[in-house]
Amino acid sequence: MPTHDVLVIGAGLAGQRAALAAAEQGVSVGIISKVHPVRSHSNAAQGGINAALNPDDTWESHAFDTVKGSDYLGDQDAIEIMAKEAPEEILHMEHLGVTFHRNEEGRLGTRAFGGASAARTYYVADITGQAIMHVLYEQLMKHSDRVARYEEWFCSALALDENGECCGVVTRNIADGSMELFQAKAVILACGGNGQVWKPTTNALICTGDGIAMAYRAGAKLMDMEMIQYHPTTLAGKGFLITEGARGEGAHLLNAKGERFMERYAPNKMELASRDVVSRAEQTEINEGRGFPDGTVALDITVVPKKRVHEALREIVLVGRDFAGVDITREPIRIKPGNHYTMGGVKTDVNGRTDIPGLYAAGETACVSVHGGNRLGANSLLDTLIFGRRSGVDAAQRAKRIEGSRPSKKVLEDEQRMIDEIMRRDDSSGRRVSEIKRELGETMDKKVAVFRDEEGITEALETVRRLKEEAKTAYIDDHGSVFNQDLIAAIELGYMLDNAECTCVSALERKESRGAQYRTDYPERNDEEWLKHINLTRTDDGPEISYSEVTITRWEPQERKY
Amino acid sequence: MAEYTIKVRRFQPETGRGPYWEEFNVELEPSLSVLDGLLQAKDRDDGSLAVRCSCRAAICGSCGMKINGQSGLGCKTQIGEAQEQANKMAAKTARAGGNAATATEENAPIVIEPMGNMPVIKDLVTDMESTHWTKIRRVTPWLLPHGEPPEREYVVEPESMIDVTQTMACIQCGACVSSCLSMEADPGFIGPAALAKAYRFVGDPRDAETLERLHDLAEDPNGLYQCTHCFSCVEACPKGVAPMDQIMRLRRKAGENGIEDPNSGHAHEVAFVKIIEKKGTLDESLLLQESFAPGLKGKLKPTKRAIRELLGSLPTAIRGIRTGKMRSLAKLIPGIHPKLPGGAQDEVKQIYSHAREHNEELNLYIKGEEGDTTEEKPQ
Repeated sequence: MPTHDVLVIGAGLAGQRAALAAAEQGVSVGIISKVHPVRSHSNAAQGGINAALNPDDTWESHAFDTVKGSDYLGDQDAIEIMAKEAPEEILHMEHLGVTFHRNEEGRLGTRAFGGASAARTYYVADITGQAIMHVLYEQLMKHSDRVARYEEWFCSALALDENGECCGVVTRNIADGSMELFQAKAVILACGGNGQVWKPTTNALICTGDGIAMAYRAGAKLMDMEMIQYHPTTLAGKGFLITEGARGEGAHLLNAKGERFMERYAPNKMELASRDVVSRAEQTEINEGRGFPDGTVALDITVVPKKRVHEALREIVLVGRDFAGVDITREPIRIKPGNHYTMGGVKTDVNGRTDIPGLYAAGETACVSVHGGNRLGANSLLDTLIFGRRSGVDAAQRAKRIEGSRPSKKVLEDEQRMIDEIMRRDDSSGRRVSEIKRELGETMDKKVAVFRDEEGITEALETVRRLKEEAKTAYIDDHGSVFNQDLIAAIELGYMLDNAECTCVSALERKESRGAQYRTDYPERNDEEWLKHINLTRTDDGPEISYSEVTITRWEPQERKY
Repeated sequence: MAEYTIKVRRFQPETGRGPYWEEFNVELEPSLSVLDGLLQAKDRDDGSLAVRCSCRAAICGSCGMKINGQSGLGCKTQIGEAQEQANKMAAKTARAGGNAATATEENAPIVIEPMGNMPVIKDLVTDMESTHWTKIRRVTPWLLPHGEPPEREYVVEPESMIDVTQTMACIQCGACVSSCLSMEADPGFIGPAALAKAYRFVGDPRDAETLERLHDLAEDPNGLYQCTHCFSCVEACPKGVAPMDQIMRLRRKAGENGIEDPNSGHAHEVAFVKIIEKKGTLDESLLLQESFAPGLKGKLKPTKRAIRELLGSLPTAIRGIRTGKMRSLAKLIPGIHPKLPGGAQDEVKQIYSHAREHNEELNLYIKGEEGDTTEEKPQ
């Protein structure tokens, strides 16, 4: 049985950072990823990473912006930690080799980002996530004696011992289909978000909420699952992301009449209001007939000097050219709000601990919560690094402290049986996995998106529950062992349906409008009743609802204006 | 919506059968990608069709493949364009075969194959670990600064970070490796992706082992000098990394650091540039001498190696004359090369001085692509 002190599942920024931090503590570490680490979706984070590093900026200002951005649902103790530790983390990344943009003095230079009261976003052109992740992977290669990499291994279940502590994970080696039970004293879930539950989404095909679902099935609490961010600037149809950095560089949003409509919604911050505000403004313009016939508004980057576009928005030039046929330096590009980020996730404390001993979560999988109802741009990379590192350190300390127990073979046998059962299904048994996935995505995008109401969410929940039944007989074509992506898609579908069910239940429960949750039937924020987190625990009859307090340290909720 | 036929080179290792071709009919907008076409076939017709993919937006680097023989990303190649290319190729093949009737054929199948220079695991999934990643690890792919890091950031020239960002833009998709002709001839060649990665450190002012890296890569017979400037990798790269340019930069840095080039490539480049500056057009007679024994005009001090290389070049020169690439033997006699008419030579010199004054390289993060700057507004 392969054994490590600390096992990290997922190898994006949070996972790689956690693995390196744990290894530094001198314990043995394994990192498992269903794709090669550099394929992870942290790549897609374009704009940058926030830190109050300039002498005239303060961590308090960064923390307050984050609290306000979260619509006061973020836990302020966690936000304080993130904002305080940000500068050191950025410098650490710089020392490891990240090629951050420099100002004229050769020091780290910043750009402006949404919802922030100072320009505190550090960046590498518009490939910041990619640049940091490749540098972390360089470090993983450098420290291969201390961190074992399991690249293209898929996890299907967590193993708990008789005391209910996490002690391992069941995996499938995608290359040959062999099943393996790993033993560990601590397991860190860093599997990213669940964007594929929606269609379209900016998220990669791999973002199927695996970590959230595995933790939920093992009995861990989920939190704030209704909080799903729609990013203001995504390409219609394909859902590709246009970085907020474009607006940070000065780009305008225009409706079909050519009006800079943000004047009416956020007269001070304009295009750089927080994402939920901008997405709602756009959707309102579109719904009220001031958008283009294809259901979009325009992002005008031509107002940004061309040289600056080439230097700082190169990726967007390529996205515009290759995926929309538009030269963004010469004409506006059509965009709309699109599914982007999972603010909710596995409930953790500030050291990544879930309520299952030995089980940790970090990054988009986790809900610490630093993002609350709405994440600020360039805070996600920061979240992954800070809480990835803290999880890694804490998990390593646990590993040094405890004996550890051997996971029961039964969990491996159960998973093998589950897979054998999927393999036996044929086309007489039900629908195709891909069909169910499509119906799920379209339903969620229609009914659990920027504007929501009880009727729509209820319909979505009914659909999700029907699809869960249908998924039990959904068939696949590939019955082989080598690189059976069909089988993995069937397991991922199960993960996505659990995620969707939890989002619907939470969205239905929260009878107010806060951050990304805008209920047209409850259009106001209601601090008296709803300044609290919604927690979900799995039962055989579906998610059971409970609540937890929002931690407020120094910023009392106030009206949110941009 | 349009209909397309994609013809996929398949390999299902568990069947015991060798590779085979299979055609799928798909229906999608021409602006969608070849990957979208493959995923439609996978979703509707055959879930066992294996293809790595994730982001769909040319950032994760999963879907490297050959499309109509060209290495690239499935998600970045529009299916409509792939169709046009397939039609052109079909017409060309038909013409070559003297078959005029099919020369105008439309809707030729779009041919999709796994990447080259790598073993195939299943269908379009290749073993990148044994080729690509092993070579990446060969170049010590992490920053090697000396001493303790500074309290704050390393202070470096802003341009230097933008310069290496071109190689940071590499997504490790393997398209350049797939297209590399040198690697096809010698699988031991470190290859374009790994050498571009090496430049990422050599060009980084924070790295303290530049010279060691250059020596290491120059002295490896499969290293820096095995590239043949064929441009395949530049064409294949979906991210504008231009691996060959990075290799040339490595060579230039090696030359600047007095590292001997077994091909005399650096000396050849210097000689070429110098002769054009002086004469306006290429005087081949000087090129040979100058490449191996620098010192333009008289006072030649040929080294043993220069003599050996010069003699070794004679067969090439003779073949050049025979095939008409070199017009006469007289071209080999120094001093009879014609001068440019009028003031043309002065204009050539002006181009040189302009280039020296501006001293810029083509880096997409600085300059954009060709044509991008034509409408630059004054700032």
